[in-house]
Amino acid sequence: MNNFLLAWIVLIPLLSSMTLGLMYLFSIKVIKIPNIVFTVLGLSSPFLSFMIGFSFFLQMIGNHEIFLYKAYRWLSVDGYDIDMGFMADKLSIFMVLFITFVGGLIHIYASGYMKTDKGYGKFFFYFNLFLASMLLLVLADSPIIMFIGWEGVGVCSYFLISYYYEDTKNVQAGNKAFIANRVGDLGFIIAMITMIYYVGSNGFDYINLEAGMQNVPINVLTFIGSALFVGAIGKSAQIPLFVWLPDAMAGPTPVSALIHAATMVTAGVYMVARFHFLYDLIPNVGLIIAYVGAFSALFAAIIATKQTDIKKILAYSTMSQLGYMFIAVGLGGYSVGIFHVFTHAFFKALLFMGAGAVIVALHHEQNIFKMGGMRSKTPIVYFAMLIATLAITGIPPFAGFFSKDEILLTAFSSGEYLIWGIGVLTAILTAYYMFRLLFVVFHGKNYQESRKLHTISKSMIMPLIVLAFGSIVAGFIGIPEILGGNNLVGSWLNDWKNSSLHVEHSREFILMGINILAAVIGTYVAYKKFFNYDMAIVPKYNGIIWKKFYIDEIYDRFIVKKVKEVSIFISYKVDVNFIDMIVMGLSRGFIKSGHFISKVQNANTRFYAFFMLVGISVISTYLIMVMR
Amino acid sequence: MADSLLSYIALAMILFSIGFLGVISRKNIFIVYMSIELMLNAINLIFISLGRYYETMVPQVMAMIIIAIAAAEAAVFLSLIVVLYRRKKSLDSDIFTVLSQKDAHE
Repeated sequence: MNNFLLAWIVLIPLLSSMTLGLMYLFSIKVIKIPNIVFTVLGLSSPFLSFMIGFSFFLQMIGNHEIFLYKAYRWLSVDGYDIDMGFMADKLSIFMVLFITFVGGLIHIYASGYMKTDKGYGKFFFYFNLFLASMLLLVLADSPIIMFIGWEGVGVCSYFLISYYYEDTKNVQAGNKAFIANRVGDLGFIIAMITMIYYVGSNGFDYINLEAGMQNVPINVLTFIGSALFVGAIGKSAQIPLFVWLPDAMAGPTPVSALIHAATMVTAGVYMVARFHFLYDLIPNVGLIIAYVGAFSALFAAIIATKQTDIKKILAYSTMSQLGYMFIAVGLGGYSVGIFHVFTHAFFKALLFMGAGAVIVALHHEQNIFKMGGMRSKTPIVYFAMLIATLAITGIPPFAGFFSKDEILLTAFSSGEYLIWGIGVLTAILTAYYMFRLLFVVFHGKNYQESRKLHTISKSMIMPLIVLAFGSIVAGFIGIPEILGGNNLVGSWLNDWKNSSLHVEHSREFILMGINILAAVIGTYVAYKKFFNYDMAIVPKYNGIIWKKFYIDEIYDRFIVKKVKEVSIFISYKVDVNFIDMIVMGLSRGFIKSGHFISKVQNANTRFYAFFMLVGISVISTYLIMVMR
Repeated sequence: MADSLLSYIALAMILFSIGFLGVISRKNIFIVYMSIELMLNAINLIFISLGRYYETMVPQVMAMIIIAIAAAEAAVFLSLIVVLYRRKKSLDSDIFTVLSQKDAHE
């Protein structure tokens, strides 16, 4: 078969990124390479990967085939083998399709956004590497290979968040993301070690793991599941490791779009869905996941209502939507969670691109209260943003409605009414803060009419249109049965579907109605408060919500400071007084003994002869004693 | 027979020790050289007396070889002494310190 093409889905972006990197070095050191070369190379790889992914998708329709390709044996330690293996089942290929598609559109957008940047080639090098890591993550056939992609995504996010490295703040934001992710990765590593210990003996790919999990004691499984979820928390920015996500806005806007829509943050959700065989055995951990997701969703939504930075609002909204996804996967509705990942990729990418277009047009102004009245100036961006906002709010028939409805249905039907209630409350808040953003930016009265707008290039507008179209239709593949659809996502991801979740049709309609009502309430409040908002005074917020519940300060006070104190103690006390003493003492001892011994080498021939003969007599005496 | 072997070996040891002391205590290169020869001959004496004791010819062959080599060595040694004397106009072994690193350190 042509299973080896699986490897090429990952290899194409990887090779392209390496080529881009070398070309960029060549370009800055030797001869300047025109940007168009970087553009062509950087943009072609996601689309080639998409086409290969699509060919696998076509082969999978109507059957349950799983494509496996073992490229080579990567590690072989004591009878324990790790293959560089790729696996494509329906979940992986579903992820691959939208990662490459949305990722490709973001690449196009970036080619417009970064046009004048001097690190153009470098940017695409990171971008392609990011995509390759994410594809490796979803196509891996074992947790270890997945971890390579996992770390690759982490390091690329670090590169990209601190892309404008001239400003220390951005570098710190990159550091923060990297360190917060590191905490999560520790959980992942602990989970992997435990899995290797308990079930790794006959192969470590998912298929063997699934078979081996059945015989593992339940408390060990609980431990593995919890540790894995810590990894997911770090990567997907849930309570308590979410602090890096808002700061990640320091990167260029296409980076935010890529991190929030197609790659990186969805990795945690994907991981929980990938280990569904594990989480099916431990519903208690699943419940914890759902609660963490629910509280993260609410928490982020509350913070988002008071933010003024357009990108931070969107960042918190991502965290909130990820919370929804975790509610779904935690309660066993893996296909539902992945469906929301899918629709979210479209509208979130669209929101970020729209925001980026506005930011570029206004010469990198990010405060929404200094924008205003953009509707007449950038009508296409306005319509794109409107569609995306309707989609995230959950107004039918836009994409977000179907997936969010299914998530809340899952919560309700599993009997977790508290989670359901939080979900509905979050939906109201989502509608409120998203329409607040939209109304203020596009409808509010503009007091800076005279400003000349920066032109938005065609390559930035084109993906907006495609994604706007996607945000309308992406939900249609998951229309639930009661609305006359046949839930293609659910049947495609049949293995990840929890069939026990079922409610009567009448209830389902009522729930749907509640969701729409929630969206409308939020929208109405936002309309009352912010449609025709007077922009003369930029509102000064204060209070606990504007300060993001002082989470950063609390972490700073109780964790960062303590760690710093310990570090300072170690570096200035332990290191100087103890480690240095040993190291320097040793070297001084060597110097001293060297000086002492060098006295023996005094250039006195007779002295040497004396030692020679002493040595010979000692050795021969010894030999005589031994040989006897 | 055993007593006479012991006395031969005792003589050889005395000769060797005299040679050894000569090497480490005298400065004159000629005396050093003579002391070395004395030590060689002490060894020869041991070889020959042991050969006699065990009634075998092998140690005698060894002794002959040592004498032959010592003769060749004498030629080399003496010519070296001539060269060294020409360089420093002295026979004091302590002043030939060209190869030492003593000065580099202090």
